Amino acid sequence: MEENRLKASSSPHIRSDESVNKIMLDVLIALLPAFIASIFYFGVKSLILVVASVLSAVITEALCQKIMKRPITIGDLSAIVTGVLLAFNLPSTTPVWMPVIGSAFAIAIGKQVFGGLGQNFINPALAGRAVLFACWPALMGNYVAPLGIDAVATATPLAILKGTADAGLQMPGLLEMFIGRIPGCIGETSAVLLIIGGIYLIVRKVISWRIPVAYIGTVAVIALISEGNLTGMSYYLFAGGLMLGAFFMATDYATSPVTPKGKIIYGIGAGVLTMLIRKLGGYPEGVSYSILLMNVATPLIDKYTSPKIFGGAK
Amino acid sequence: MDTKGFTFKGGIHPPHFKKLTEQKAIEKAIEPKVVVVPLQQHIGAPCEALVKVGELVKAGQKIGESKSFVSANIHSSISGVVKNIGMYNTSGGSKVNCIVIESDGKFTVHESVKPMGNIDELKKEDIINIIKESGFTGMGGAGFPTHVKLSPPKDKKIDFVIINGAECEPYLTADHRIMLEKSDDVVVGAKAIMKVLDVDKCYIAIEKNKPDAIETMKKAVESIDNIEVAQLEPKYPQGDEKRLINAVTGRVVPSGGLPMDVGAVVQNVGTTATLGNTIKTGMPVIQRVVTVTGNAIKEPKNLLVRIGTSFKEVIEQCGGYSEEPGKVINGGPMMGIAQFTTDIPVIKGTSGILVLTKKESEVEEPKNCIRCGKCVEACPIHLQPLILSKLSLLNKFDETEEYHVLDCIECGSCSYVCPSKRKLVESIRVAKREVAAKRRKASK
Repeated sequence: MEENRLKASSSPHIRSDESVNKIMLDVLIALLPAFIASIFYFGVKSLILVVASVLSAVITEALCQKIMKRPITIGDLSAIVTGVLLAFNLPSTTPVWMPVIGSAFAIAIGKQVFGGLGQNFINPALAGRAVLFACWPALMGNYVAPLGIDAVATATPLAILKGTADAGLQMPGLLEMFIGRIPGCIGETSAVLLIIGGIYLIVRKVISWRIPVAYIGTVAVIALISEGNLTGMSYYLFAGGLMLGAFFMATDYATSPVTPKGKIIYGIGAGVLTMLIRKLGGYPEGVSYSILLMNVATPLIDKYTSPKIFGGAK
Repeated sequence: MDTKGFTFKGGIHPPHFKKLTEQKAIEKAIEPKVVVVPLQQHIGAPCEALVKVGELVKAGQKIGESKSFVSANIHSSISGVVKNIGMYNTSGGSKVNCIVIESDGKFTVHESVKPMGNIDELKKEDIINIIKESGFTGMGGAGFPTHVKLSPPKDKKIDFVIINGAECEPYLTADHRIMLEKSDDVVVGAKAIMKVLDVDKCYIAIEKNKPDAIETMKKAVESIDNIEVAQLEPKYPQGDEKRLINAVTGRVVPSGGLPMDVGAVVQNVGTTATLGNTIKTGMPVIQRVVTVTGNAIKEPKNLLVRIGTSFKEVIEQCGGYSEEPGKVINGGPMMGIAQFTTDIPVIKGTSGILVLTKKESEVEEPKNCIRCGKCVEACPIHLQPLILSKLSLLNKFDETEEYHVLDCIECGSCSYVCPSKRKLVESIRVAKREVAAKRRKASK
């Protein structure tokens, strides 16, 4: 019978070839240059940390889903992204068990207990990093110089700026900071490669320009006012995790606003918080905590920034 | 006006799939042996049959009429004997009262059908009468009775008419071919509509992906001062009335309002051409151009089909199926309705018969919403489909109202772009129905 052969599902009858996998794959491609740089600057240890983190994230996701009797969705590549991002937020000196624990926490508590991809309200990778930082602050703050054969312990540029580092440490030059030949977490040091990755994501329409531009712009304005010159401002832009945070973590779909106006407000908020923490807070770096704090504000921002509908009032 | 491409904010760019038929000139379909003519082919009141079983009818003879203002007359598309009057399946998905006519093979035209005179001599009242008597309904898909649209209340001043030749739905090329082959009829129809509304500005709006149609129509209106071709950026849903008005004139139809609220009236180009033809020949609406297309159709075509011809017969005239079909759609792929049978008649609103292959018809299982916001960007109304859909799935229909669910035009752009393949517009439709039902109850 014809009646049983024809599908009569609802319109639209065609769909774009967009998929979650493709989006996640694009994020991984965008992270690739920074990943290669991290191996170049910090050696094979970077590779080990990333691989350990990714494996832990993927296995944890599969285990959680198996236990909760949900479909296993590790094929969507989102756990891999979380794994990479968590590892990128660690200094190269961290022991291998740390990303394993961090990623397991990120996926199990940061993501799966809330219902999985898209349902979590804070960024899983940053949640994982926050736990590691709270439990093992010393191990998380042990930075070494890049390309160092003996891996001499040193401080990040932001710590030097803040004055919490040993006296006598020299600020690296601006070019070093731009290309990433500075101490820091393995994936965050190369501003230029992260910017290239970010632009790739904007061009591919994976992320909107709004959050990164609002975020970086706000940091730039505040730093320019407080430092009074462009060089001073540039240190605040290129040191620390701003580029990684602005392009890859603050833009996390699940935890950032969906409205165009909301994205701008969210970016500005993260920028203000970052500079507040860096300038006045107890830590030299403030990117992760700013994003986590803004994550919590996202539902509120979304609620009050509903776009004005066509031909009508808000 | 003609170098710039006009558009609106939001919308999507689905692949056109128009290559299958855009070069195919309109062919007259083989005359049907039997037609099943529904007594309701429009939004509004159904008609009552004016003929009885066993009666002889001629082509163009009025066979259905309603006393209600919001309705449109029905005419016989062939000459022959009324075989039955009863309920039959139609493309709307439900059974409708239909008149079944068996052809006598002669296609004798009814006496009432004669040329209506020169457009310049016809008075406003004559034209609106022709439109009402000839059973005009919007041929773009929605099927609103045309005379109603052309009778705005006295306090609404109409400034301009837009002839809608956007045809933004993928696959469909009927309007495109009409502009190429019937440009004279389009012009006569446009003049008639302008006269009825007493306006002296008319735009023929065409998407830039139909350069030949733009050129042809430009040539056709070359010597006419107040009719102009407006070129639009190809984008879906550019053909939606309110998007079109916004793109061409910058005016914004208020939420819940009608085009006439901003001084505009939009008419589909197919309707306009048919009107031109009716004025010239007197023949009421008894046939229309249908794009028969899709990868499961052996020979895609643009066919001039008599109203009441079955989909099955039309498909057979295109060589039948090239492979086992998965979906038969009345209309385009974005807003058309999938049918469970081809034993249904072509009506005035049938702009296309699209047959997708089994593979193209597969529906992917929806995954979690990842909140990517692509639906928010795509929505031409600037709604937040992800939130509306979520609330609808939780049965929180009252809250969907706060998010303006009733403003949704169901264009499907949100579902189209969703990377998680969620059924966004589907769930929003449910919410719209619930909210509308609640409002109806409250007003009683």
